[in-house]
Amino acid sequence: MKAFYTIVKRELRSYFASPLAYIILVVFQVISARFFFLYLQGFLQFQFDPSYQLQTGELNLNNLVVLPYFGTISIVLLLIVPLITMRLIADEKKNYTAELLFTSPVRIRTIVFGKFTASLILLILMLLLSSINIFVLMVHGNPDLGAVFSGYIGLLLLGASFLSIGIFASSLTENQLIAAVISFGVLLLLWLVGALSDAESSILGYISVINHYEDFSKGLIELKDVIYYVSLIFLGLFLTYTSLESERWR
Amino acid sequence: MVYVHNLTKRYGSLVAVENLSFRLDRGDVLGFLGPNGAGKTTTMRIITGYMPPTKGTVHIEGVDIFDNPLQAKKMIGYLPENPPLYLDMTVAEYLDFVADIKQVKRKEKKSRIFYVLDKCGLSDVRKRIIGHLSKGYRQRVGIAQALVNNPSVLILDEPTIGLDPLQIIEIRDLIKSLSGERTVILSTHILPEVTMICSKVVIINEGKMVLEESLDYLSESLRNSSSLLLRVKQNGDGVKEKIMSVKGVSGVKPGPSGEFVVTPSEGVEIREELVRMVVENDLGLLELRPLVGTLEEIFMKAISSEGN
Repeated sequence: MKAFYTIVKRELRSYFASPLAYIILVVFQVISARFFFLYLQGFLQFQFDPSYQLQTGELNLNNLVVLPYFGTISIVLLLIVPLITMRLIADEKKNYTAELLFTSPVRIRTIVFGKFTASLILLILMLLLSSINIFVLMVHGNPDLGAVFSGYIGLLLLGASFLSIGIFASSLTENQLIAAVISFGVLLLLWLVGALSDAESSILGYISVINHYEDFSKGLIELKDVIYYVSLIFLGLFLTYTSLESERWR
Repeated sequence: MVYVHNLTKRYGSLVAVENLSFRLDRGDVLGFLGPNGAGKTTTMRIITGYMPPTKGTVHIEGVDIFDNPLQAKKMIGYLPENPPLYLDMTVAEYLDFVADIKQVKRKEKKSRIFYVLDKCGLSDVRKRIIGHLSKGYRQRVGIAQALVNNPSVLILDEPTIGLDPLQIIEIRDLIKSLSGERTVILSTHILPEVTMICSKVVIINEGKMVLEESLDYLSESLRNSSSLLLRVKQNGDGVKEKIMSVKGVSGVKPGPSGEFVVTPSEGVEIREELVRMVVENDLGLLELRPLVGTLEEIFMKAISSEGN
């Protein structure tokens, strides 16, 4: 447990000792806030557009602002997570510190889980920052907080599974850039694979990371979606473990 | 105590280490020698538990490194070929991290870090970022890192590489002073270093052990290498034949600057006879001394004889 805490602490230190974490937080916040403002603007315009009210009956803050806002966040995560995870293991190999870690009295799974946890903390920080915009909404309006909550649970699960795939990519190489490209490629594939078939019952539709997110954004926390994300997270971490372990045997 | 038994490591069809066995007790300092690519680093990586062997076992203080890695690794301090440094940390932060990950007890941690900073001459740079330090200092941080958990087995892969002559002497003294209650394995290319600090020598070539000897025995046999160097004033024709004619001489080799290397038959003392011959022939004795063999000669012999 102490070793786990030590790993998490060092990773967080490393994130915040370099400008990386700050840049990621700022870029993430700027982009998501810009889009939030855009959606809010749209919402306000619709308020004065009688034709729109006739069409849909009522104006819904959740459907017009929160939902697209979360959609934007999920896309930004797709782009930013590879940058968060790329150095986690690749850098250890490049600086030869892997040799220190693997000759220390620490289990490989503790190392992997510690690194994942550190990146997860950064992700949570990003999501907390993004929730400032929702608070603004609460001051002036009345969004459905249940849907906001489930949306965030969904974003957290989605982001965490991105992280675990990113860490796996980072374990495959000692080059950060290659790690980032691999994880971005895999994530994009997992995202777009759903578009190849519309039916949710198909296998491709099931594999798609984003299909499972839709229920969350509508305010539904379904067990099958939670199970999907949790298994994806463990798959990524398990593959990382296997890749590190097999490297020793080679 | 380190006990290595029948260690074999293959990378595909390439054999890196083959049937290597040796045993070191507390207080031993092993000089691990071999040409580049002989399998030194691979052996050290296996002993430290970084990679598993294809065959064979390693015991650290009686604990099998593969059956019980967590317990065995606590007793090891390891400096890899390239010091494993986080370049964005300060020296003190880094050592604090290593102490934590090596599970140094909380109450001992501070004094251990203070001790290694002092021992490795790092006290002045403890607040500097490692990435800003020179190669010599980084190497010292690497050594400090290996010592921070007060290991009973210390494994150093070329510890003096990249240091200036003064630092090399300091580090050698440090290793010597550490050896008492520990088992130390160090690989090096610098042969005199072995004579200076090691108590035992293992030479490997192409993964196989070609020599294992205690240094006491080795230097004894070096001293007893019974060839003599003879230098005389009159070294014209026929001197070589005259030397050959001395009773007990089995070989004479003329050197480049008029000296002769005289090899006696096994166990025969020829110095008296030789001098008498020189004086009787009025050759003019300038120098006569036993030729002391060097570790280099043994090293070269061990490696080349393996090739034949």
